[in-house]
Amino acid sequence: MSAASGQGLLAKGDLWAGAALAALGGFVVNEARQWEYMTAEGPGPGFFPLWYGIAMVVLSLLLIVSTLRRPRLAAGHAKTDWAGIGRALLCWAAFALSVLLLKWLGLLLSLALLTLFIAKVMYGKPLMISLATAAGNAGGFYLVFHLALGVELPVGLLGF
Amino acid sequence: MDILLSLGQGFLVALEPMNLFWCFVGVFLGTAVGVMPGLGPAATIAMLLPLTFQMPPTSALIMLAGIYYGAKYGGSTTAILLNVPGESASVVTCLDGYQMARKGRAGAALGIAAISSFVAGTVGVIGLMLLAPPLAKMALSFSSPEYFALMVLGLAMVVLLAGESMVKALLAMLVGLWIAGMGIDLFSDTSRFTFGLSELLDGVDFVIVAIGVFALGEVLGNMERRGEGTLLPVPKGLRNLLPTMAELKACRFAFLNGSVIGFLIGVLPGAGSTIASFISYGIEKAVSKHPEKFGTGVPEGVAAPEGANNSETGGALVPLLTLGIPGSGTTAILLAAFVLWGLRPGPLMIQDNPQLFWGLVASMYVGNVMLLVLNLPLIPLFAQILKLREFVLYPVIFGISVVGVYAVSNSLFDCGLLAAFGLLGYLMQRLKFPSAPLILGLVLGDAMERALRQSLMMSQGDLSILVSRPIAAGMLIVAAVLLLMPLFRRLNSWRVKAIEENG
Repeated sequence: MSAASGQGLLAKGDLWAGAALAALGGFVVNEARQWEYMTAEGPGPGFFPLWYGIAMVVLSLLLIVSTLRRPRLAAGHAKTDWAGIGRALLCWAAFALSVLLLKWLGLLLSLALLTLFIAKVMYGKPLMISLATAAGNAGGFYLVFHLALGVELPVGLLGF
Repeated sequence: MDILLSLGQGFLVALEPMNLFWCFVGVFLGTAVGVMPGLGPAATIAMLLPLTFQMPPTSALIMLAGIYYGAKYGGSTTAILLNVPGESASVVTCLDGYQMARKGRAGAALGIAAISSFVAGTVGVIGLMLLAPPLAKMALSFSSPEYFALMVLGLAMVVLLAGESMVKALLAMLVGLWIAGMGIDLFSDTSRFTFGLSELLDGVDFVIVAIGVFALGEVLGNMERRGEGTLLPVPKGLRNLLPTMAELKACRFAFLNGSVIGFLIGVLPGAGSTIASFISYGIEKAVSKHPEKFGTGVPEGVAAPEGANNSETGGALVPLLTLGIPGSGTTAILLAAFVLWGLRPGPLMIQDNPQLFWGLVASMYVGNVMLLVLNLPLIPLFAQILKLREFVLYPVIFGISVVGVYAVSNSLFDCGLLAAFGLLGYLMQRLKFPSAPLILGLVLGDAMERALRQSLMMSQGDLSILVSRPIAAGMLIVAAVLLLMPLFRRLNSWRVKAIEENG
């Protein structure tokens, strides 16, 4: 993949971001119109959101137009690091899953599983090292936050 | 005289054993995170903020400020030893610092960075001490229209300097305003943008967004770039870390240049330490008798940007403490910290909370001395942090982020929001949307809406109140010029192109 495609990815991303933000702006304007714009005392709850919603729509459209007008680069050297993006998103998905599991597993177990996943799957560390890191991380959090600092941690069905 | 008396009282506060301890913890942690590439002071302060709720506000602020300026000391270590800036403001330090290290002068480069940071950090605090009280006195005459205009001006400067695309910076700021608007309306009982979720009635806590966008966004970004640099050997022994007299002599002007430029740029919202370090490096090179040697490992090339980077902290605290206007992501988080403790930075801050203000100022003198004393002998230790493996570090950051958010509200819903904002932070980084305007929009959103609506209540809905008062009008005009400047530049380039094509 070339620099053009790397730039292309950014351009495509800008188009998607522009579209999403235009939709958000439209939503903000639509919501704001349902609230009072001006009351007897002065501006109502719809006043401020209406204006920044409009600004959001205008600027998003500007982003889309300027992206479409941007000249395409000639083929170059830089590549889009899809593997890197995949790693980042996989890591985020693992984190999001560990947050979902907090309710049932509690922080210590969820964090241990997340650490195990990152060490073993994402960094390819041997199983024993990964397990030791996971146990050490969970134990460290228990010692530092729960015992030493007295911070309340999310607990799961097992009571920790 | 008043200032000296107040400063004396500040030292009494800062030198209390407990405050000394927290100052030490702050500068130590700050240096450690400054050393770690990819984890900045904003993320660290955001993560640790909820854990400081049980501390007395003065101690907590002394510690958080210590992280802020301590990180700047630490940032130079990776720049010099690894050619990887620990934070964006240390990018320029790589140019000459790494070259000095390659020539076997790593110790001297680290020493110059520490000395310059100390000198400039102290100058920055002196500037803060001298400038803050008169500015606060002036701001006492401000009413809602002036405050609204001031916030618009601050946001305009941040947007102008935030990144390559001003449109993206503006959009990020508007998203920040939108998030700030979630929850029950300030003046009525209307719930706004809550999507029917009772968890959103109180709005989205600032800490969740800050940790998500800064800490998680940074970690996910680092996860993508899995690169390892080559760590140059760190000289052992204090003597090897001290620069020679000739090197110190060569840095005389650089110390002064970095200190003054850094402070002045710090006072301006949005400019930040990265710009300060670039400008001071540029000035140093411009006035140098041997500009051609810059980039090959000259000590001035380390002293000037490192000084500017550190002096900027004192400058950045001026608008925060006297006007309540943060100029960067980190100071925005500090503002949120003040608000969480029920304090309101602004013109009355020095008058109402002299112990806190002067205690903080005095602690920064103490902290700078601590950093100098600590950093020179401990540089080899801090360099070991660079050997800490990512697969150990990143889960710890994820864990602290969850603990930090959970500590605020004991809500798993907020932990879910954290994950969502982490993804937003990563996508913003990936698509080159700057995060500082989003955070500033979020922090200032409520205050800005309140000031605007109060202004219009004062004038019975007449918008001319914003332009009929000279100070407010002046600030709004400057903000408009700042935002329109790139447009004028573009129009001019089209004009020139058209003339060339026709001619």
